[in-house]
Amino acid sequence: MSSLHTWAGLLLGWVLYAMFLTGTVSYFKDELSQWMRPELPRLSQIPDQSVVTQRVSDELGKIAPGTSQWSIRLPDERNNSAYAFWRTAPRNPGQRGFAEGNFDPATGQRVTSRETLGGEFFYRFHFQFHYMPVVWGRWLAGAAAMFMLVAIVSGVITHKKIFVDFFTFRWGKRQRSWLDAHNSLSVFGLPFHFMITYTGLVTLMALYMPWGEQAAFKTPAERQQLSAELSAFIQPGKPSGQKVPLASVADMVRQAQERWGRDNVGRVTAVHPGDAAARVSVARGEAGRVSMSPQYMEFDGATGKLLMVRESVGPAAETRGVLYALHLGRFSDTEMRWLYFLVSFMGTAMVGTGLVMWTVKRRQKLPDPARPYFGFRLVERLNIASIAGLSIAMTAFLWANRLLPHPLESRADWEVHAFFIVWVLTLLHALVRPARSAWVEQLWAASALLFMLPVLNALTTQRPLWHSLIERDWVFAGIDMMCWTLALLHAVLAIRTARQGTASQSLLKPKRKAPIAIASSEGAR
Amino acid sequence: MTSLVHRVRSTGPVISRIVAALFGGYALAALSSVAVLALPLSKPQAVLTGMLASFAIYAGAVIWVFAVRSALKAWAGLLIVAVPLLPLAWSVS
Repeated sequence: MSSLHTWAGLLLGWVLYAMFLTGTVSYFKDELSQWMRPELPRLSQIPDQSVVTQRVSDELGKIAPGTSQWSIRLPDERNNSAYAFWRTAPRNPGQRGFAEGNFDPATGQRVTSRETLGGEFFYRFHFQFHYMPVVWGRWLAGAAAMFMLVAIVSGVITHKKIFVDFFTFRWGKRQRSWLDAHNSLSVFGLPFHFMITYTGLVTLMALYMPWGEQAAFKTPAERQQLSAELSAFIQPGKPSGQKVPLASVADMVRQAQERWGRDNVGRVTAVHPGDAAARVSVARGEAGRVSMSPQYMEFDGATGKLLMVRESVGPAAETRGVLYALHLGRFSDTEMRWLYFLVSFMGTAMVGTGLVMWTVKRRQKLPDPARPYFGFRLVERLNIASIAGLSIAMTAFLWANRLLPHPLESRADWEVHAFFIVWVLTLLHALVRPARSAWVEQLWAASALLFMLPVLNALTTQRPLWHSLIERDWVFAGIDMMCWTLALLHAVLAIRTARQGTASQSLLKPKRKAPIAIASSEGAR
Repeated sequence: MTSLVHRVRSTGPVISRIVAALFGGYALAALSSVAVLALPLSKPQAVLTGMLASFAIYAGAVIWVFAVRSALKAWAGLLIVAVPLLPLAWSVS
C-alpha cells in the first residue's frame, strides 16, 4: 500500500503539481484577466445587466447577422467586460465554427485591449494543458486526478496514525521535516483534497465514463433529455426562414432580475436571433448558490413571451451540479475565495513536498551520493523544473503580457509560447547545473521576477500600485501585493535550501564512513 | 535463460496487478455505470448516478488490487464483483 502511494504519487506527481498550481491561481482567474487587460477601466459599479445585454445583443446583430446562436456572459463583480461567443459558418462541413469577443458594458462595442488569454490560460491549462488536442489533455488530466484519488486513499491507509502525525513536526531534521510537512499539509487539507479531486473528475465525467450514456440513449432526442439536466444552453432547432427582429432582450433580462436579483443574471443565450423561431434563455448567475445546475427562463425570441422557467433538475443531476460548483468555487464571496486559494495552495505544497521527499529519502541510501543513478538524477532534475521552474514560467507569462508589443500578430499565442519557452529553459538549466545550485538559483530567479512585476506594471501601464491603492482598486493592488508575498515566499525557500545545502555537505563525509548511522527510515513509509 | 524466467516470475505478478488496477478497475467502473441503468430511476438520473459513482468504484478497485496478498486474488475479487453486474448491464443495453 505504501509503495502504491509512492509510485502513484511520483508517476503523475509533476503533472499534478502543475494542475494544482495553475488550478489554485485560477480561483482568481477573472481578477487575473482584468489585470492582464489594463486598458479596460475598472467598473466601480455593476451596470444594469438588462441594459448591457441589449447593447451587446444589438452589436452582435451587426457583427454576426444570421448567426444560429450567440451567448453573452454579463459583467459582474469580478468581470469588467461582457464576453460573448457566437457560431460562424463552418470552414469545413461537419465542423462547428465559433467566434468570440469582449464587449464594453458602457457602449456595447468590442473592447480594444491587448490581445491576451488572461487568467483563462491557467484555467484551461489546469485541465487540458496545451500544444495537444483538447481531448488528449483532458484524458491526461483525468488520469492524473484518478492517480491523485488513489494516492489520497492509499495515503490515508498508509498513515494509520494519521491524527498523531498531524501534531508531529520535527523542524530542521531533513527527511523527517519533509515527511512531517507532507503529512501536516495532507491531513489538514484532506477533506478539501479529496473533495477537489473527486469533483474534478466529476466536471469531465461524461468524457471519462460515457458508457452508461451510450447504452441508455439511442437517439439525439433522448440524449437531449440528459443535456437539459446539465446545461442551460438551448439547442438551436430548425429556423423557420421567416425574418422577424428579435424582441427586446432587455425586457427578458428584467424579468430574470426580478426573480433572481439585480446583479444575478449570468448568461443570455439566443438561438436563431432574427428568425421567427428564435428562442432566448436567460440563466441565473453562479453567485449565491452552490450549484451549477441549469436555472433559466426561456423566452420566445420573436414575441418576447415567457415560455418556461426551469429551476430544478433531478436528484442525480443536482448532486452533479453541487459537486461541480464545489470544484469551481464561483459561488464564493471574496473571503471564501481566499480560503479556497489558501487550501489549494497547501495542496500544491503537499504534492511538491511529496515529490521532494522521494529524492530526500533515496539520497541517504545512495551507494555513492556524488554519483546517483540515472532514475534518481532524472526525478531530481524534473522536480526542480516542475516546481521552481513553473513559478518562473508562470511569472514569465505575466511579464510577457506587459512586455510584448501590441498590436502584434497572434499576440495571445506568443504570451503562451513565452510561458513554455521559459519553462523549457528552466529544465535545461536544471539539467546542466548541480542540483542544489539549480534549486537555489531558480528559486531566486522566481523571487526576483515576482518582486519586479509590480515595478514593471508601474512602468508599463497607467495603473501603478499607489494609484490602485488611492483608487481602492483591489484587483490591481491585490495582484501587485500578492506578487510581493510570493516573492518573499520564494526568497525564504531559496535561503533555506542554500543553508541546508551547506549543512548536508558537512555531514556527508562522516555519513559515508558510518552507514549504520543512517537509520533505515521507518520501513513502512 | 534461467535469469529471464526468474525475471518474469518476479515482475509478472506486479505487472499483472498494474494491468488489473488500470484496466480491470476501469472496466469494472464502466460496467457498473451501465448496470446502474437497471435501477428504477429515470434514464438521465440513472446515467448520471452511474457516472458519479464510477470513480469511487475505480479507486476502490485499485486499492483492492494492491491490498490483497496475491495477483490472482486481486483478479478474482474483480471478477466476483463483475459477474452479478454483467447480466444487469446486458439487460439494459
